[in-house]
Amino acid sequence: MAWWDFLRRDKADREWREEMESHLQISIDAFMAEGMSAEDARSAALVRAGNMTARREEIYRMNGIAVVDSIVGDVRYAIRGLRHNPGFTVVAILTLALGIGANTAVFSVVDGVLLKPLPYPHSEDLIALAQVAPGAGGLIAGSHGLALSSSMYFTYSEQNRSFQTMGVWTGVDVTVSGMAEPEQVPAVLASDGFLQALAIRPEVGRWLLAGDQVPGAAETIVLSYGYWQRKFGGDTSVIGKKVFVDGRPRQVVGVMPASFQIVGTRADLILPLQLDRRHATLPGFYLNGLGRLKPGVSLELANADIARLLPIWMTSWPLSDGGKTGDALAQTVYRAWRIGPNLRPLRDVVVGNVGSVLWVIMGTLGMVMLIACANVANLLLVRTDSRQQELAIRAALGAGWGRIVRQLLMESLLLALAGGAAGVVVAYEGLRFLIHNGPSNLPRLNEITLDSSALAFTFAVALLSGLVFGLIPALKYAGPNVSGSLRGGGRTMSDSGDRQRARNTLVVVQVALALVLLISSGLMIRTFSAMRNVDPGVSQLDQLQIFRVSIPSAIEPSDERATRMENSIADKLAAIPGVRAVGFGTAMPLDEAPPDWDGVLIEGQSYATGSRPPMRLFRNVSPEFFSALGARIVAGRELTWTDIYGKRMYVLVSENLARELWGSPAAAIGKRIRTGDASAWREVVGVAADIRHMGVQEGAPPTVYWPVYGQVPYAGYMLASRNVAYAVRTDRAGTGPLLNEIRQAVWSVNGALPVAQTETMREVFDRSMARTAFTLVMLGIAGSMALVLGLIGIYGVIAYAVSQRTREIGIRLAMGAEPGQVRRMFVRYGLRLGAVGMVVGVAAALGLSRSMKSLLFGVAAVDPVTFAVVPLLLLAAVAAACYVPARRASNVDPVEAMRVK
Amino acid sequence: MGEDNLNPDLLPGTLYMMILRTLNQEPMHGYAIAKRIRDWSKGDLEVEDGSLYPALNRMLGKGWLKAEWGMTENNRRARFYKLTPAGKKRLEAESSAFNKMIKAIQLVMRTSS
Repeated sequence: MAWWDFLRRDKADREWREEMESHLQISIDAFMAEGMSAEDARSAALVRAGNMTARREEIYRMNGIAVVDSIVGDVRYAIRGLRHNPGFTVVAILTLALGIGANTAVFSVVDGVLLKPLPYPHSEDLIALAQVAPGAGGLIAGSHGLALSSSMYFTYSEQNRSFQTMGVWTGVDVTVSGMAEPEQVPAVLASDGFLQALAIRPEVGRWLLAGDQVPGAAETIVLSYGYWQRKFGGDTSVIGKKVFVDGRPRQVVGVMPASFQIVGTRADLILPLQLDRRHATLPGFYLNGLGRLKPGVSLELANADIARLLPIWMTSWPLSDGGKTGDALAQTVYRAWRIGPNLRPLRDVVVGNVGSVLWVIMGTLGMVMLIACANVANLLLVRTDSRQQELAIRAALGAGWGRIVRQLLMESLLLALAGGAAGVVVAYEGLRFLIHNGPSNLPRLNEITLDSSALAFTFAVALLSGLVFGLIPALKYAGPNVSGSLRGGGRTMSDSGDRQRARNTLVVVQVALALVLLISSGLMIRTFSAMRNVDPGVSQLDQLQIFRVSIPSAIEPSDERATRMENSIADKLAAIPGVRAVGFGTAMPLDEAPPDWDGVLIEGQSYATGSRPPMRLFRNVSPEFFSALGARIVAGRELTWTDIYGKRMYVLVSENLARELWGSPAAAIGKRIRTGDASAWREVVGVAADIRHMGVQEGAPPTVYWPVYGQVPYAGYMLASRNVAYAVRTDRAGTGPLLNEIRQAVWSVNGALPVAQTETMREVFDRSMARTAFTLVMLGIAGSMALVLGLIGIYGVIAYAVSQRTREIGIRLAMGAEPGQVRRMFVRYGLRLGAVGMVVGVAAALGLSRSMKSLLFGVAAVDPVTFAVVPLLLLAAVAAACYVPARRASNVDPVEAMRVK
Repeated sequence: MGEDNLNPDLLPGTLYMMILRTLNQEPMHGYAIAKRIRDWSKGDLEVEDGSLYPALNRMLGKGWLKAEWGMTENNRRARFYKLTPAGKKRLEAESSAFNKMIKAIQLVMRTSS
């Protein structure tokens, strides 16, 4: 049957009717011509014609497409039904739009961050070449693992059998000068093979090639697309131009395309690493490894390959520059470290630990969706209940119960699809909110969009939810005994228990789910406050202005004079009005600067050959560093400039390290330490209070504080800390005028120095808690949605019960029941449902809170306070929600109530 | 329907064939088609007038017929059906196939009696 006929068949039907009427007339004419009376002729014609209407219907059906036909009918009927009941329709669609929208938004994030492949060709072959060293103790034993040394790079890249290409890289901040103000720019130092492994061709110019990596070769640089646009206006003549990086000219050879991103960093410049084979040593573990697997090579094979190369590496390189290979001590030490390969898909490294947060949020909003569905299902149950007579009549007129189920389902699906459509709007807005308020260090933020897969997800959720909440009333009311209710005449005395049971179950489910979400939110609130209450070792974070300055050797080759420049910057800063203290060091607490660590030996203690003391965090600090940070000096004193310029071998240690090594802070003063058997002894002159350098959630690491300028712990020569972070303590921290004065102070010492990464210590700490805060906000939103929806649900059920039992209430009141008794009856009814929901909810929360463990801090997964307080609060809310309709019940006028139909 | 009346549906497709045959001479309206079949079969083939119309609808859909409104000799409005070239071809094909089959059936009936 052609579509054209299908579409114009109403017109065709009118024609057939006309034709059949004319047929009848002609037939009557003919019988009358035979001499019949008009009446006889008419009945004879009718007999001969047969059932014309049936024929017409047959033709109509013939011209139709049966399935489409009945669905169009159902849809039309459903729309009419929904339009008649605008209140119900609007509430249902809004509920669904919120639920579906929130889920779609979070799905977009999950999809963009976790599911989509990284934006490199065949990104599934890319792996991060990480290593573990569980025997090394201290920092490397933790989650960071052991990075690669340059000698490892040479051994691995030359002798591996697993990679098409592999390279190493490390992030640095460089100073770019020669264009307007000097500026600190995030950059990546990359070895040969790094860009080749990522396999993204440059937009303009060329890649870094092997020739660029030869030490002493012409210095070259590749720009990011964004940097090229910002600084050169996208001008292709930039190729061949010179850029001054850390005071030295570098030739621009290429520009990467806009889509290119360096493995989760925001680097704007790519510089050749120029590793020097002749000076490579075993240690110096600071490089990140990256490789592209050969086809058919599994992660296990590649791991085994690197494990095979480790002993080769150990015997191929000297322990220090110019030393012999095959050093026995080095081998003992590294063997004790138990170094092993830990290759992981690159995506896991880029995405990091954000996965657990996103999945928890996704699961949470899934629960909100279930609650929303339960609410709509309840609304539908009530609505279908009042339509029982209609359904019964339809059944009596010959509608099969399958047909009635389909009709009811059609309504639910329409509701769900409308909710889904409105949900897309909610999702769009929600996504903007998420991207603006999500943790700024959320990886792959720029890859999140509301795309076709998100829309497909919305559609699927809408259909599925429509089926879920639609089937409940459909199966309940369209069952084989549908006609029975015709006899009831809609005049039921009280609600039948069976019908009530479905609604009650839904309410119990809602309360249980809401409780799970609220307990999760409660646990996050407890986590957040525990984190806020931790003493980070630094006080009054709002009054601490942080920024970085770096003095490249091109600007000041002498280490001592570079230190004196830093010193005079500190003096100028201290002269700014309102500044109370100034200090600087290689890193501030929570800084993402690469950690510096080693073991220390104590004087007077003998060490077995080959054994290594545990790793300690090393920081280089200026005088006044601790008073600027507001960290207490527990014993002794801080360093002074006289100590530093006098090249005195002094250090400070953290309180926990002093207690560990000498029993008490006071006992540490005057004791001596060193880093190796050959290096000079250093005297401990002070003990500083513990500082949580690695983050609020990690305990304060035992730390040794070295002077910013002095003999390098590992070698004999003097070295300045050329890239330092300043801490300025003042009430004016974070204000624009202060930042201007700081810049002026720095530039009065040298105009070529950029002031970078200006922020207050509070901002640094807040950023470190961003993930927790984000989870908290999301769970809070989900929890409140669940609470509101759940309370509406329970309110609805009680209100409906009251309206159904108005007659019964009237009788009770007429018989002398107190209004209070009636009220209590309904509140008790609601509380009973609530209590059942609570029990189920607490059980579920006990099971689920374990999966949140990685997000919690300072609170047990089964936190007794949360598990006691939240259910009590929820129960109170449930009681309040029940009280409103219950009060209406007690106000029923008995006379009016008896008259109600 | 009388006992000796034959239902044209006994042989599938025969109703279409008869309608095509009837319309081969001139365009006709529905009543006239039914009457013509009745007359030609001397009343042995009784088609319920209404049954004609689903068949006509299907034949229109297949493109064998065309329909146009016009006036009868008694000044009644009626729809007149006309064979299309496709309908003519169909009639030829069906009648030769039908004749073959009738002969074949007759042969079978003769030998078996």
